[in-house]
Amino acid sequence: MAKEKKGVRLEHVSKIYQDPKTKKDFYAVHDANIDIAPGEFVTLLGPSGCGKTTILRMIAGFESPDEGEVYLGGEPINELTPNKRDTAMVFQSYALLPHYNIFDNVAYGLKLRKLPKEEISEKVHSILRLVGLEGMEDRMTNQLSGGQQQRVALARALVIEPGVLLFDEPLSNLDAKLRVDMRNEIRRIQQAAGITAIYVTHDQSEAMALSDNIIIMKKGVVDQIGDPHTVYYHPVDEFVADFIGESNFLRGTLSEKDGESGVATIEGHPVEVANVGHLSVGDNCVLVLRPEAAHLTDEGVLPCKVTLSRFMGNYQNYQVMVGDTLVKITDFNPKNHKIYEVGDEAFVSFTADDVHVL
Amino acid sequence: MARSQSASLDRKKLLADPIMVTTIVVLIAFLTLFILYPLAILLVDSFITGRGPSLEVFQRVFEMHTFTTAITNTLSVGLLVSVASALVGLLFAYVEVYVKLRTRFLSGLFKVVSMLPVVSPPFVLSLSVIMLFGKAGIITRYLLGIYDNSVYGFWGIFVVQTLTFFPVCYMMLRGLLRNIDPSLEEAARDMGASRWKVFTSVTLPLVLPGLGNAFLVTFIESIADFANPMIIGGSYDTLATTIYLQITGAYDKEGAAAMAVVLLCITLLMFIVQKYVLEAKSTATLTGKASRARMLIADRSVTLPLTILCGVIALFVVIMYVCVPFGALFKTWGYDFTLTPKWFIQVFERYHGLEAFRDSFVLSLIASPLTALLSMIISYLVVKRNFRSKGFIEFVSMLAMAVPGTVLGVGFIRGFSAGVFRTGFLQGLYGSAAILVIVFIVRSLPTGTRSGISALRQIDKSIEESAYDMGADSFTVFRTVTLPLIKDSFLSGLVTAFVRSITAISAIILLVTPQFFLITVQINEFAEKGSYGIACAFATILIVITYGSVLLMNLAIKHFGTSKYTEEA
Repeated sequence: MAKEKKGVRLEHVSKIYQDPKTKKDFYAVHDANIDIAPGEFVTLLGPSGCGKTTILRMIAGFESPDEGEVYLGGEPINELTPNKRDTAMVFQSYALLPHYNIFDNVAYGLKLRKLPKEEISEKVHSILRLVGLEGMEDRMTNQLSGGQQQRVALARALVIEPGVLLFDEPLSNLDAKLRVDMRNEIRRIQQAAGITAIYVTHDQSEAMALSDNIIIMKKGVVDQIGDPHTVYYHPVDEFVADFIGESNFLRGTLSEKDGESGVATIEGHPVEVANVGHLSVGDNCVLVLRPEAAHLTDEGVLPCKVTLSRFMGNYQNYQVMVGDTLVKITDFNPKNHKIYEVGDEAFVSFTADDVHVL
Repeated sequence: MARSQSASLDRKKLLADPIMVTTIVVLIAFLTLFILYPLAILLVDSFITGRGPSLEVFQRVFEMHTFTTAITNTLSVGLLVSVASALVGLLFAYVEVYVKLRTRFLSGLFKVVSMLPVVSPPFVLSLSVIMLFGKAGIITRYLLGIYDNSVYGFWGIFVVQTLTFFPVCYMMLRGLLRNIDPSLEEAARDMGASRWKVFTSVTLPLVLPGLGNAFLVTFIESIADFANPMIIGGSYDTLATTIYLQITGAYDKEGAAAMAVVLLCITLLMFIVQKYVLEAKSTATLTGKASRARMLIADRSVTLPLTILCGVIALFVVIMYVCVPFGALFKTWGYDFTLTPKWFIQVFERYHGLEAFRDSFVLSLIASPLTALLSMIISYLVVKRNFRSKGFIEFVSMLAMAVPGTVLGVGFIRGFSAGVFRTGFLQGLYGSAAILVIVFIVRSLPTGTRSGISALRQIDKSIEESAYDMGADSFTVFRTVTLPLIKDSFLSGLVTAFVRSITAISAIILLVTPQFFLITVQINEFAEKGSYGIACAFATILIVITYGSVLLMNLAIKHFGTSKYTEEA
């Protein structure tokens, strides 16, 4: 549907803000280098205040970068005002024009482009069909539910066929169930329209469900860029490992090494590990162990003591102590497994493939 | 770390928008020429004599006994009036927000009282005080049998100004009280505080900055008031009237300029304290909306005295206003109470009633849409846009609020009678209808801008951003999004500007030339002469016009207003 998919590139982009209290300048975004391919769905993910929305607003043109250059479709766009940029944004608050009905809201951008009336009408109707709002053209925005308003906002952005579609936490005002439905819907529509999309969120499951690639940000700095699989299984640091899903961090030293594999000593116990080419014997290391990758067994890798055992329906939730380290374990479908109780002595078991070594 | 790149990019983006740049340039030129320049010229006039800079003029002025007395008079009236207005305003606000009113009549009365300052022309209360309590006053002479009561002077001004200004305090404080979370007071009650203790230890401290704010706003208004001291002051001269007499009576323009500078300094000081100290404080203590409806006080021992007190004051105010049309209908006030249209007939046949009506009406009608549009543009720029001279635009348009009309009038005389900087440039402006329209605009701009700013602050910034993002330029965003969303504020700004213009007197009386007849100037003239019948007839016409336009506005807002789509959303 889009005339032309466009890529987005940020080269050494920084944005400086002033702290309103201390009056000190600080980097809201520092030296961001991002390359987004045409047609790609990319998420900017991070906790609030990490600079993800600032990046989005710099791409849209509402903020001007202090260093570096933003490119859209290969062209530098730093000097262009938002209305001259080939981007369309879906706002967190939807930002529908309350004095227009649905049709006029969606038609707004087309009218600005001075399209003939019939063409506008045709495009608006077809886009409303795509987002599932056929027949609602005459409603006012306050007569719609949150999910419907969201669809109007999406339709309004799509209908002008922008080179890039920008989303600023669009689902954060919806309830949990609707959020899941809408994110599938957004992915479906983006695929159908074949459009480049940049999506800001602090919700990691949204990022996983939507994206081709995830950009994880921390305190204004791009921490890791990768597809969902990579960032989950090969996080670059503890921040990423902790932010995407849950993680246990087992700290110790590398005591043996043979090529890529080796043995780490955790709380005095040997643990076989893989992919340790970047470390040498004697180095401190951190083993990232996902709670669902670990099991409680009678015989295994690390001896432990159970301190919490809770039945959650689809899984059994454990917390155990390995020496001084707390380890969380989720045991899915526990019906046919042995259930350990608080105070039981047991072992934490996992394979070398299940841990990622930092 | 330097923010120079973003600054230069923002500047480039701004320059890419010619309409926006033109608007800003025109605005700055307008504000500089018609607000800053007249004030600056006053300073120049009073500090620089023929022989270079000196304090000579100030020395001369301060040696004048009338001037020093006027300063004392103005400040003592201002002080007392603003204390009284703030307190009466608080009483009304408290009763409306906290007390269960038993009759609908009373709440109707409250509504009328809160609307009166909007529609009230100046002089009206002064006229009615004279007619009720003066030598021929109905109350003093007929009810009480006092034949030599003098209302002229300090107490006359005090009563009239308090009744004129307390409704403004009432409305300011009402907003504050409504925003107090009732659970704060409930918590205090729950811990064992009596109702009085709750009022003194919770409610009062919370509204204290607001009370200070109301006090200072009234103080500025009182000091700047020209019309009431003129009519009811008698020999008790205030700064505004002294300056007026210095120009029209003594033809001492340098002296008047120096006096105007003194008056301006006083109001500016108050304004700065009010705007930068108290306003910030009074909003900081009370953020957010009340979470739940308040349990109204229904205890008779509290409600009865409070409602009676308010009722009496409100009724008194209403009687004062009703008095004026009757003053225009009685044959001879105080002696012969037969109804007659003779004053109205005289107004139209002998005293240029039709011309006065036409001139006042047409000039105000030209000024009001310009004012409304200008104030909406200023508010849009101030709230929604970011550019270098934004602070200047905001400050100067708000500064006009602190400039008394008399000061502005003197400034315009000094600044434009011989052209800008006495060069003859724009000399044709002086004495024309255009300068009157400009004065109307400058005088109403701050009120309009203030209401525009508060209306715009309530609109989510992203609504305009979304339009901008869709490809609209600034002008299109303003026209298709901003203006429709603040239609209510625009309409009420339009009518407020109209009412303020048609009832304006203080600056205009110094600038009006004999070819124009303005209703307010006529009222002033006849009231000073003691022809109260004619003055009342003019005032009645004015009240009908202003009241009519406010009714029209409410109707318009109801039918075309924004409430239907903003209410639910």
